[in-house]
Order: sequence, then C-alpha cells, then structure tokens
Amino acid sequence: MAEPFEPKITAFVCNWCTYAGADLTGTSRIKYQSNVRVLRVPCTGRIDYMMVLKALHKGADGIIVSGCHPNDCHYTSGNYHARRRWMVFKKMMEVMGVDMRRITFSWVSAAEGARWAQLVNEVTDQVRALGPYSEFRQIVGAGIE
Amino acid sequence: MANTYQLSRESLTSLFGALRKDGRRILAPVESDGRIGLGEVEAPAQVAGDYLQTIMSAKEVAFPKVERLLSYTITPGQVDLKDAEPKAAPTVLFGVRPCEAKAFGALDAVFNWDYRDKFFNARLEKLAVIGLSCTKADEACFCTSVGGGPADTAGSDILLTPVADGYLAEVLTEKGTAILNLASDLFKPGNGVDKVAVAAKVEAAFDQPALTAKLPGMFDSEVWVDQSLRCIGCGACAFVCPTCVCFDIQEEADPKQGERLRCWDSCGFHMFTLHASGHNPREVQSARWRQRIYHKFSYYPQRYDQLGCVGCGKCTRACPVDMNLKEHLTEAAGVTA
Amino acid sequence: MEALKQRAIELLEKGEVKAVLGYAKGTGQARRAFFARQPGQVDKLVLDEACTQNLAAYATKHEVKKLGRVAIVAPPATQRALIQLMAERQLRDGDLAILAVDEGAIKELGSAAALEEHLALKAQGLDAKDKTLLAKLDAMSREDRWAYWQNEFSRCMKCYACRNSCPMCYCEHCTMDCNRPQWVPVASHSIGNLEYHMVRTMHLAGRCVECGDCGRACPVGIPVHLLTISAEETVHELFGQRAGAKAKLDYALSTFKTDDKESFIR
Ligand code: SF4
Ligand code: SF4
Ligand code: SF4
Ligand code: SF4
Repeated sequence: MAEPFEPKITAFVCNWCTYAGADLTGTSRIKYQSNVRVLRVPCTGRIDYMMVLKALHKGADGIIVSGCHPNDCHYTSGNYHARRRWMVFKKMMEVMGVDMRRITFSWVSAAEGARWAQLVNEVTDQVRALGPYSEFRQIVGAGIE
Repeated sequence: MANTYQLSRESLTSLFGALRKDGRRILAPVESDGRIGLGEVEAPAQVAGDYLQTIMSAKEVAFPKVERLLSYTITPGQVDLKDAEPKAAPTVLFGVRPCEAKAFGALDAVFNWDYRDKFFNARLEKLAVIGLSCTKADEACFCTSVGGGPADTAGSDILLTPVADGYLAEVLTEKGTAILNLASDLFKPGNGVDKVAVAAKVEAAFDQPALTAKLPGMFDSEVWVDQSLRCIGCGACAFVCPTCVCFDIQEEADPKQGERLRCWDSCGFHMFTLHASGHNPREVQSARWRQRIYHKFSYYPQRYDQLGCVGCGKCTRACPVDMNLKEHLTEAAGVTA
Repeated sequence: MEALKQRAIELLEKGEVKAVLGYAKGTGQARRAFFARQPGQVDKLVLDEACTQNLAAYATKHEVKKLGRVAIVAPPATQRALIQLMAERQLRDGDLAILAVDEGAIKELGSAAALEEHLALKAQGLDAKDKTLLAKLDAMSREDRWAYWQNEFSRCMKCYACRNSCPMCYCEHCTMDCNRPQWVPVASHSIGNLEYHMVRTMHLAGRCVECGDCGRACPVGIPVHLLTISAEETVHELFGQRAGAKAKLDYALSTFKTDDKESFIR
C-alpha cells in the first residue's frame, strides 16, 4: 500500500515574534504536526514574494508566512510593509490562478506558542486534504526539450 | 534535376495518412486565436487556410528555445553525470515557406562548422520539409533581395506550388523521394506548369552583393545610429528569426542536482556582450543593431559563403517598434561611403 | 497637426530642443517612433489613431538622453508615463518639452505642475476590449484561470519586448538580468515564464500607467498588460492611489497605513 500523503509545508517566519512563538511551543512541550519546515528571517518585511514562489518551485505543498502582529514589529513597520505587499501579491496570485488555499498568512507573537501549534495543525490538515500541489509541480521541468 | 509531379488537393489527405502511418508527426501552420503558429496536425483540413507565415519560425523544430544538454546529481564525494539524448521524433514540416525552408541551411552552417552539434543534427536528420510556394507576399518580405524567391526550392525536400486544382510537386532530395515512395500513386506525372507565373511577385529591393561589399567600409557610419534610435533592445527579432543561432548556456542547479540548458539568446540584448568586469564592448543599441546586420550580411558570407538572412521578414513583423529590415538595408545600401 | 509641426520646427530652429520625438509612417499601416532632428524632417511627423506606442519609454534611454533636450509628442498614456517617471525621479521637471495631444488638440506643457493639472481634467478609462477580457478572466474558475495563463505563457520566449517597451521598466539592472543570486531562471521554460511574469506584474503594481504597450509589444500576442493593469487596479482599490497622475507620489508598496484593510491574515 502507498504511504498516505504527507504535505511539505514551508514556513517563513520573522525572528522576533513567530520564530520566538514557535520556540515557545517547543519549550512548552506542545505537540504539533511535523510537516512544517521553518525558515527564519529577520523581519516579515524581508519575506520577498519570490521566496514564496521558490518554495512552491522546489516542491512545497503549502506555505505559511507569519510575523509580529501589527504594532509589534521589532523594526517598527516591517510588518506593515509586508501586509501591503501580501495584499497585492495575494490578489495577483489569484489572477494567475494560483491556489491560494495553500498559502496562509498570519500574525503569531512570541507569547503565542499554543497559537503557533494550532496554526500549523490547521494548515497541515487543510493542505493534506488538498493533496500534493501537483498543478504547480507539473510546470516545474516542463517546457524543456 | 527535380522530378516534377501533380498532386491533387484531395490526395493530400492520403499523403498525410501515409506519413503518419510511417510513424512521422506532421507539423504545419495552424491558427489559434487568430495567431498562426506551428502545430501538430493529422489532416490537411487542420492546416491554417490562408496564411502568409507563422509568427515564430520553424527553427525550433531543430533548435528549440530551451533544451537540456546534460543533468547531474551530487552525492557526498560523487557526481553522477548524465548526457541528455535529444528527443528527435521523425517529423515532416508541411507548408512552410521557401524562405524558412532555406533557413535550415544557415543554421546548419553554424551547428556543423567546427563542431558537429549532436542535438541539432539528431533533429535535422529526422526532419523532412514539404515547402509551399508563396502566392502572396507583404511589405516585410524581401526573399528576392537575398537570393531566394517565392517558389525557390532550396531547403525543401519536396516543394509544392499551388495550381488550379492541386499542387505542382517538385521532389528534390532523397528525403523527398522517400516520401514519394510512401504514396507514389498520389504523385501523377507533371504537366509543365510555369510555377513562376503563379508565385507571388516580389521585387528585389536592394543590391545585396554590393551591400555586402561595402559593409566593411561603413562600420562607423551614422546610419546605424539613426536607424537604431528607436530600437528597444529586445529579443523579438532574433527569436522569431529562422536563421538566428545564438544561444546561452544556463546551469540550473542546487546543491544536490542540476541540469545544463541551452536557451535562445539575442545580440539585441545589452547583456549579450557584457563582460564579467562590467565592460561592454557593445555599449549602445546602435552597436547591437549594427551587429545584427553585419553578422547576417558581412560575417556570414565571409565565414560560411552564404547569407545569414533569408528575407522572410519575420523580424520586421515581430518588432514592437517597427524596425523594418528591408527598408533599413535598402537605406544602408544607398549610403555613399 | 499643423500646429504641432509648426511648434516642432520652432523648437528645433531656436535650438530649444535637439530632437522632436513623435510618430511617423511605418511599414504598411503601422506608425513608428520617429526622432525629427532637423526642421526639414518635421514633415514626416504624423498623428492619428494608429500612433499607439508609448514614447515615454525612450525618455530614460541613454542614447536618447545623449541627444540633448527632446520634445516629446504625448498622447494621454504617454502623459501619464511622463508624470510617473517624474514621481519616480527618473525625469526632472523641465527635462523634456511635452507636446500633449488629446484628440487632435495640442498643448505644450512646460512644467510638471502644468502636466499634473492637465491630467487632472481627464478621466482615465480602460480600453473596452481589455475590460471585456478582464471580466472574462474574473468570471473564470481558479483552475481555468491557471490553465488560461499557462497556455498563454507557453508561447512566451522571454524576448522581453514587453519589459523593454514599458516606460516604467527603466532599471539598469533588471531583476531578470541578475544572477547573483538568480531569482528567476533565464530559460523560458514553464516555471521561468511564470516567475518572470509574476515578478514583472509585482514590480509594476502601483506604477503601471495602463498604456497597454507591453501587450501590444508581444510578438506572440500574450495579453500581459492584463496582469499589470490588474495589479494597478488592485492597488487603486486597496490603497486609493494611482500611478500616472501626480508628480509627487509615494510608491504604494514602499509605504503603508496602519489601518490598511485586509481580511485574510490569520
Ligand atoms: S533577419 Fe529577419 S528577414 Fe532575415 S531571416 Fe531573420 S527574420 Fe527573416
Ligand atoms: S543576428 Fe545576432 S542573435 Fe542573430 S545569429 Fe547573429 S549575432 Fe546571433
Ligand atoms: S529591432 Fe525590434 S525586435 Fe529587434 S531588438 Fe530592436 S526593438 Fe527588438
Ligand atoms: S513580449 Fe511576449 S514573448 Fe516576449 S517576453 Fe513578453 S510575454 Fe514573453
């Protein structure tokens, strides 16, 4: 029998809030699904949409992008800039027909260890239900003779 | 000497059938959303009805826009290299114009110059060309100024010329004869139609040998600067051109695996000659535009004894800013050095 | 037209400009960009419906800047591009003599302020054909939209005619040309094409002046202008600002409001 499908989830998180939050999840010994690969960047303002595209390109089935709640950015305004970028990015991904159920944006603070666990679980369940992102994977390597 | 036959319009269906039965795919101009491009067809009815040319050239059949040359995987202490084998399906190119058929010769000159390119040759060997003479032309065409013509046979294995109730079929090569032998009953004895009378009339616009002779002396002419002021340095002209051969080698790799790709490139791009030092010997667009002309009309004849242009006019039609090659060559030919 | 020609001759004769950039007859019915550098060449200038190229794309080119001061024939979309280039500090007020043309009427605009005032009088509307196409896209299911763009992009050959024709794509070092790191593959295979168009679209969000020249430039007829126009409309809807109207404008994606409204961040 084939192995049940386990999605690969890539999470781009900021150093100061969500990463610390995820750390707290661990130190609080909260269990959550292990499908997520966490990539830490200094600030959500650093999360270029190309990183998201590259993750899909390299085989991610789902993406989490997460940082400090509005007003809480370590660098004052990185998350506000990021928010605008995501607003436009999300819309343009929709225009191009990318499945936005696979990309989740969130705010998780350093104190929200339980929330991080819940987010990862929810996203993992949802993406597992959706199955592999084969539509995207089909175009990787296509168009080469 | 070509063997000339008559082929009725209806018999094309049987010919297509025979070609496919022989395991060949047929590529022909097809229309989709008002655009004419090459596509695979099964029957003559699928071929575009009334076209002058495809937007893109047929070169991609032998020289695709992106192709894999090799791939590899990396494990600790080891690299496993795999040569790519060209996917070369037996193919018949049906209904391309004489200019494009001839263009394979210009590609061949480069891909088999000092090195025999395995990828290009594998595809070319499996390719047979059934050309179709032109009965009309447009303002961009200038085949007759560069040694070709609307019913020219160069490059075709079989050349069809439309006549009243079918085609005049000239079987020109061994590959052509092989096709004839697949359905020899369809090819009726020819009746001596004057194909020049039915073919489009394309006036020669300039004296190409004279232009080629004077180009070395007009490298610094202002004419290139004037003409190219509106050129925006894209790759459209080179990419649609049936004779442009330039390519770039791209490595797409991560720490575990990679592949080496060959991709079309264009001398119109400012990056084309950019050195790693930052120096660019063709710093301005006029130098790039001049390169395009010189490569086709001066360097090609010097090196390969043929032109790097067949006068199809695709570049002119594709150019977003209407750089009309025929017009600009005519102008250059008229410059008193 | 006569007024335009007369003014062009004057500008050239008085030495106020070194060239008048306008349109001339091209191949067949086509019109093309034309640099009249002597009064005697002004006669070649034409102005009609077929003059569609956005000439502002030339305003930032080295080769053109080297000519000296230039007068530019500017239909509405070119006017918008010029003011946006000023907002992005690519052109200085007065760098160019702007010969604004609106339905045949010519008006010379000497300053950024005059251009801004002139633009404020006009409503900016999308082309009817583009509106229909955008509505059609909008009505598609997500899967169909994906299939639609994949089919369109499959013809893309990365000739960059769309990028190079765009007046707002003036970067000397375009992301597409950077290889340390190489974000977007050079090859025009499926993923390379998708990533290219995604980046181009994002880079024009809040900057696209909706002239449609990228789509017109594409030799294989990919309606890439629908992407940048969608992005621009999105920015307008979300943040209430538009490119191509003001000589001073903060780039929508390098600024923010603390109360920007969205409903999808969890
Ligand atoms: S340079 Fe232009 S006219 Fe000549 S072969 Fe190439 S596309 Fe055709
Ligand atoms: S004209 Fe330019 S792109 Fe075409 S083959 Fe020559 S150098 Fe290469
Ligand atoms: S001649 Fe036209 S197609 Fe060729 S590089 Fe210049 S603008 Fe592009
Ligand atoms: S102009 Fe068309 S073919 Fe060229 S890069 Fe743009 S979308 Fe692709």
